[in-house]
Formats: sequence, structure tokens, C-alpha cells
Amino acid sequence: MPPAPRPVPQDYVPAFFPKRQGGARAAGGPEEPRTSIVVVGHVDHGKSTLIGRLLADTGSLPEGKLEAAEKASREEGMPLEYAFLLDSFLEEQAQNITIDTTRIGFRHQGQSFEIIDAPGHREFIKNMVTGAAAAEEAILLIDAQEGLKEQTRRHGLLLSLLGVSRVIVAVNKMDLVEWREDRFRALEKEIRGYLGGLKIIPRQVIPISAREGAMVMRRENRHLAWWSGPTLLEALLSDAGKSRLSSDGPLRFSVQDVYRFDARRVIAGKLESGRIRVGDPVIFFPDRKASRIQRIESWGEDTPLNEVGPGQSVAVTLEEQIFVERGHVAALPDDPPVESREVRARIFWLDTEPLRLQAPVTLRLGTQSVEARLVAIDRVVDAEKLEAAKDTREEVARFEVAEVRLRCRRPLVYDSHDRVCATGRFALQRGSRIGGGGIITFAEYPASLAKAVRGEHLTWTEGRVSQEARAGHFGHEGAVIWLTGLSGSGKSTLAVALESLLFRRGIGTMVLDGDNLRHGLCADLGFSLEDRAENIRRAGEVAKLMAESGLVVISSLISPLKKERESVRASCHAAGISFSEIFINASIAECERRDPRGLYQKARKGEIKGFTGIDSPYEIPELPDLILETGKEKVAESVERLLTHVLNLVRLKEEDREGAAGPGGQI
Amino acid sequence: MSYLQKLEDQSIYIFREAFANFRNMAMPWSMGKDSNTLIWLAKKAFAGKIPFPLVHIDTTYEFPEMLAFREWARKHYEIDLIVIVNEEARRRGIGYETHDPVTVTHELKSMALQQALAKYKWDALVTGIRRDEDSTRAKERYFSPRTADNEWEYRDQPPEFWGQFTTAVKEGEHVRVQPLLDWTELDIWEYVRREGIPIPKMYFAQNGRRYRSLGCWPITKSIESSVDTLEGIVEELKTTKTSERAGRAQDHHERNAMQKLRAKGFM
Repeated sequence: MPPAPRPVPQDYVPAFFPKRQGGARAAGGPEEPRTSIVVVGHVDHGKSTLIGRLLADTGSLPEGKLEAAEKASREEGMPLEYAFLLDSFLEEQAQNITIDTTRIGFRHQGQSFEIIDAPGHREFIKNMVTGAAAAEEAILLIDAQEGLKEQTRRHGLLLSLLGVSRVIVAVNKMDLVEWREDRFRALEKEIRGYLGGLKIIPRQVIPISAREGAMVMRRENRHLAWWSGPTLLEALLSDAGKSRLSSDGPLRFSVQDVYRFDARRVIAGKLESGRIRVGDPVIFFPDRKASRIQRIESWGEDTPLNEVGPGQSVAVTLEEQIFVERGHVAALPDDPPVESREVRARIFWLDTEPLRLQAPVTLRLGTQSVEARLVAIDRVVDAEKLEAAKDTREEVARFEVAEVRLRCRRPLVYDSHDRVCATGRFALQRGSRIGGGGIITFAEYPASLAKAVRGEHLTWTEGRVSQEARAGHFGHEGAVIWLTGLSGSGKSTLAVALESLLFRRGIGTMVLDGDNLRHGLCADLGFSLEDRAENIRRAGEVAKLMAESGLVVISSLISPLKKERESVRASCHAAGISFSEIFINASIAECERRDPRGLYQKARKGEIKGFTGIDSPYEIPELPDLILETGKEKVAESVERLLTHVLNLVRLKEEDREGAAGPGGQI
Repeated sequence: MSYLQKLEDQSIYIFREAFANFRNMAMPWSMGKDSNTLIWLAKKAFAGKIPFPLVHIDTTYEFPEMLAFREWARKHYEIDLIVIVNEEARRRGIGYETHDPVTVTHELKSMALQQALAKYKWDALVTGIRRDEDSTRAKERYFSPRTADNEWEYRDQPPEFWGQFTTAVKEGEHVRVQPLLDWTELDIWEYVRREGIPIPKMYFAQNGRRYRSLGCWPITKSIESSVDTLEGIVEELKTTKTSERAGRAQDHHERNAMQKLRAKGFM
């Protein structure tokens, strides 16, 4: 043991250095740009070997690291295993597999890279996702001998979901196929085809041999003389350090917390996209309270900041004090996010236990965390063929990717993933564990901008009876069930039957019939296109209000135009009301044959102008929540399917029902 | 945006997520460069006021300068500091004079921390570990759960992506919150230089030797170096091939020593 060090003087002062000139943030400094690259692909296609080769060839291994890997290899009775440079757990080395993702940095020609090793075993996909989600770029490895395998495809599919669209494909182990160009070209064609289906265009497809060190850093002139493209390292360098952000995007500021440690009230959060400038008017969703940015807090800075940009952690104070809390999202008034309880998304599921329809799950998006449930599984994506066939599945199983609809208990503030990546993706948590995630594929932006609620209305808003309280009282949630279809398709028949069945189950319900509305509320309207549109708008507003009061409203209107139906849906969702579009499908011939009120006959004679299906169009719903084939199935069958659908939509979860004091406590 | 700025923003985000999600968090603090960077980032995250206590696990083998630094920083940063010592192990005679470094590290650091966890019931601990320090740390999560026995279940870590972390723990368990995970040793020094963060003088050469990493004095070796400026340290690091913790005896005691230590609660 060395001798004990001597004590230090009483008036100790540590080493102090002046801050670099121009303020801390301004002095961005000359650090090298850094690119994070994940290496993915099927198990045993050579991921760890490639990474070991990259580190060794670029001279990036710290002293002793190679020796330690040699020692570990000897103890496991193997020749030098490059993978041991990364696979550090005894369990990984003993079984020669990567269990968890790892990261290691290397520098080359003034560029800095962070390599993320992702496990290839199906078992450890959750770790692959963890690694890949942190990457800006991916190298997808394919074994030249084995070709595309299950995890090659699944990893490709996951990359597209995780938003890693910059991909280099490396066809590895070329030495094992005698360096043949035809084999390489065949694989290149196959992988380009597959990735194309995911809208991923690989930057490069390169033939390599990681074990031999061919075309990784060293150009292999003897065997791969036919290859005139770049080596892997050249391809990495050509794109390194380039900015990925093409524009700032609309302002989305996720509130993490509000600090009141002193006289200030500091709103802290993350700029998911866009910029904040001092003096900017902002609206905080979902409460829609408006204020202005007074100051950007900047501890440790010499001069206060006036502006911050996308990706930054921010703390601000506001001019007008309004109620803001964690989970709120600030935006500029002219470019708001969507607020809705319904979410359409493409999800991936990682947990052993499947995600079942109607099962509760916590949806975490930015700093928002809301209780939600899966209300529909539209399609399950087949990783092999990428086909997304319509499915009647009750659950999304482990490692599956599916297009689904989720319904939240509170309005969620979000964007479509295409528009704002960071507010268009979420994690799904069950219990205390994250079980999956997804990207939002569809978002209904309101056609007109909603006005901000002014600060002084705060107490009024908070004093209202909430939708949850109403639902708890009645024992079910309010909703709008929108039946659409040709005249004579059976809307009224089904509406009346459904109303009766729901009512008998203690559910507050009411049919809103198009013809009846025209006797009162819409008596001033005729049948011109404008009047018909206004008729639908009024019916939609009334239905929404009634649903907000807690009723299950069954609307029975032809409502022929998609645009009008969608605007009712958006209006309901903005109010946090479930909207379900039910397509009552019967052919025009069948409807005309039925012609219960002789209307088709009159239309054919020209006595009625602009009759839907005769001389006015009916736009078939693209993605209805339910289709009832009234031309083919019996009325009783349609009614039963409709009832099941509606009960699932409005039924409360067990825990919601506790304390429900209303007359309709049981469904 | 510069890479250092990205790292700073991410660390601040992590700090704030932790404080918003846990009720009773604390930050172990060793007075080294990483620890002092953490303080600096916490000051930024919470607009100048660190709203949770700092914890120094005093092994009783601290370098005297580190203790002097501790008292200086306590006043300078206005921090709420808790000092803990595993008195029981010291009474049993556990020490570098008589025991191997892995045992001593486990007893005087990991066990001391576990005793404090039992007493203060922290549900989150902010650590200053970095991926580039050690290959098992390279496999860590930003929010890494620990069992009630302070153990790391590294075989089955929860997924972590898009800034969504594990924030729920059962009674008696805690989460290690690791804001510096993505930083490298070089990043820390670049940042210390950019921000002007005060650090102990032992990092700078005296009589031709300096410390690159600071631990217990009996098992921490200095390196040969004449560097006495931050610029010099940055330049030295860009060319060295020796790993940062090469001077820490407990890491090299046996194969996978760090994995074993860390599975049992070592930072």
C-alpha cells in the first residue's frame, strides 16, 4: 500500500478556469461531429465481428482491450473472438451471443462515431429496439451465404418504425460465397425490394467480409475487383456529421415540470420541435391557455438567451400567469397540434404477454401519460411479406407490428409522425414496464383554429363536471354512433333496434334521425349542396352536445360526403367524445328494390332532384369503424354486431365503475 | 447544434424527468470531474437550485484534497450534503491494509450505500457513470432499476426509447438515474473547459504526475504527465490509448470483476 497522502491547507480553493469566451452556449467549440450508428441483422450474420473489425482497423481500441478479449476467448476455448470486445457479460461470452445492446465510440479522419451493437436473437428484440432507437443511421448486415432471414426483415421493419431511415446494407461473409458478384447482386435486389416496401432506400449496398477485413476499411482489390463502390468506412464518412434537421418544424414544447423554488415560476421542458423566442405568444394544450414568453432561464450563462431551437432543454417564465402542468404542450397559435382521445397508430409489441383488445395500458407521449385501451386492431403486419391483410385479431402478440386504434381517457395532444416526429410517437406501458411503442399514422388537424381559452376562465373550467365524473355516474361513456349509408339501406331500422337494446341495458341513449331534424332544427334548410352540408353540421353538433351530456347518440343520416363525416368526427374528438362511423352497406339495386317510401321511384321519374345514389354521389367510407352488410346478412345479425361494437366503445373498465352511483351502474 | 450542447440538453432532460417522477431522490457525489459536471448540469436543470440532497459515500480512504474540495463545494453550490460511512465494516477491520480491493470496494461503497438506502428510502439515485468507462457500464440504461437488494438484473433490462424511461418501482426498490451515460471522458473535459467548472487540482500535474481518475488513495494510481491545463488534458486524451480506469485496482482484480461488483450494487 502506498503511503498516505499529506493533508491540504485550510484555505483550499479548487482549480478554476474562466469560461470560454462568448458565453457557454455560443462557444459550441470545435468538437468533432458525432454520428450514432446501430448495427442490426439476423443472429450470426456477423454484427459483433464487424464492430470489432471497425474498432481494430481504425486503431480505436484502448490498450489492453484486445488482450482482454484474447484472454476471455482462451478461457472459453475459442480463437480470438472479436465479439468479446463488446459482449462483456460472462453469460454473453460463455454462450457467444449478444444479450444486451452496447455502445462504443471510435474516431476516424476527424469524425467521431458511436457504434451501437444490437442483439440479433429474437429473444432480445426489446434490447435491439433500445439500441436502434438511439441511432441516426443503421448498418443492416446480411450473411451472403444465408441471405435474408427472419430477423433481417424484422429489424428492417423495426428500423422503419423507429424512424431510422438512413440505412447502409452490408452483405457480409463474401469470402464464403467465393466473392461472387452474381450472389451479391441477387441479394442486393432482394433487400432493396424489401426495404422499398418500408419506404427505406438504402444509401449503399456494399459487399464485405468483416472477418477478412475486406471493404470495411481496406479496399479488397483481388477478390472484389468488380466492386467500384465505396468501402463501408468511406460510406460512413461521406455522410457523417451532416445535419438531419431540414427545418425547425412547428413549435412543440413539452412541459416536464413547473418549479417554484423561489419567487420565479419556472416552466421547464423540452423543445420537441420549433423555436421559442422571448415575447412569442404561446398556447398550452390541452387546456388552451394563452400567454407570452417573458424570459428564457439560463443559469451559468453570461448573457440571457433570447431564443432556443429544436431538441433543447428549456426553462421559461411567462408574462401572464396561467395554469400549466407536466404533460401540457405549448404551440404557436397558428400551428396547433391535434387534441383527441382517439389515436390511430402503427405499434410494435415487445412484452411476453400479448396486448389484448380493451385491455388497459398507459400511453406515454413526450411528457404526457394517459390511461388508454386498444379499441381496434385493423391490421397485423406480416414481417415476411409486409402484407397488411385485414384481420380479425383480438390481440397483438409479442414482436408483432400492427395498425391499431387506441382510445384515451383524457384528450391527448399529438401530431402525425410524418409531420412532427417527436410528438408523433409514443411508448405503451403496462404496470411499471414499457411493453411496446408506436408511431401515429393519422391525425385529424382541425379545419379551423380553435380559440385560446383566456386565463381568467380558469376556475370556471376546473369547476365543471368532468366527462369522467359523468361516465362514472351513468356507468358508461357518452358517444356518437354515426350510421351512414344509402336511403333504404337499413339505417333507421338498425338505429331504433340498437336504441331499444341499449336502453334495456340501462344505457342512456337517443336516436337522432335525419328526417325528424328537418321538421324542427333544420326546417329552414333545403336540399342544395350547401344546405345538406349545413344539415350534417348541425346534426353533428347536436349529437356531440348530447354525447357530452353522457348519452350514447345514434345518428341516422345518409351523410353521403366523406369530408362532412370527417369534420363531425374531428369535432367530436376535439371535445373528447368517441365517434364511431358505421357503414350500412347495401347495394343501390337492393335499396331501390326495397324502396320503403317510394323515394327511388320518384327520383327515377325526376320528381326528386339530387337524390343520393341516383343523381348525387355517395362516397363510401374508407376506414369505417364497422361495416354492416345489410344486403347480405339478416337484420338480427347486423343488430348483434352493432350492439357488441357499441358496448365495447362505451363500457367502463372495472376500476372506473367503482363508486358509480348512477342507475345504469351495470351494463 | 454542437455535440456537447446535445449532451447537455439530454442530461438536463433526464434530471428533470427523474425529479418529476420520483418522490425521494438523491445524488451520490464523489467530488471527481464527472460528479462536478453532474452538479453543474443539475444547477442548469433546476434554474440554479438543486432540489434534492447530495450523498458522499466516505470510504475513509479519501484523498485529503477531495475532502477539502467537498467542504468548499458545499458552501459554493449551497448543497444539502449527507455523508455516509460504513462504520460497521470498519469496526470489523475491513480495509485495504488487510483485504483485496474488490471486497473493500463492495463493503465500503456498495454496502454503505445500501445501508443509506435502507435508512433514507430513496427511490432514485443519480449516478455519474458513463458508457465509455467500462464494458458493463456500456450496457446500462438511462433509468436502470435496482432490486430491493440493490442488485442489477442485467439479464433482463427494460426497453428504453424515445425519452421514455422506467419510472415506477416497487416498495424498497430504486432506480439509478444516469444523465452522463452518453458522455465520454473527452466530452467531460471539453465541457469542463467550455463551462469553466471548478475541479480538484489533482487532475493537473505536480512533479511530473497527475491523476486521470480519482478513487480511494491506496488503490488509485497517478499517471506520468506534465499537463497542467485543461487544453493539455484534452490534447493528451485525444492521443492516449490507455483506458481511463486503468489506474483503478478493483477493476482488474479478476476477469469480469466490474460485472460482479456492479451486479451487487456498485455504481
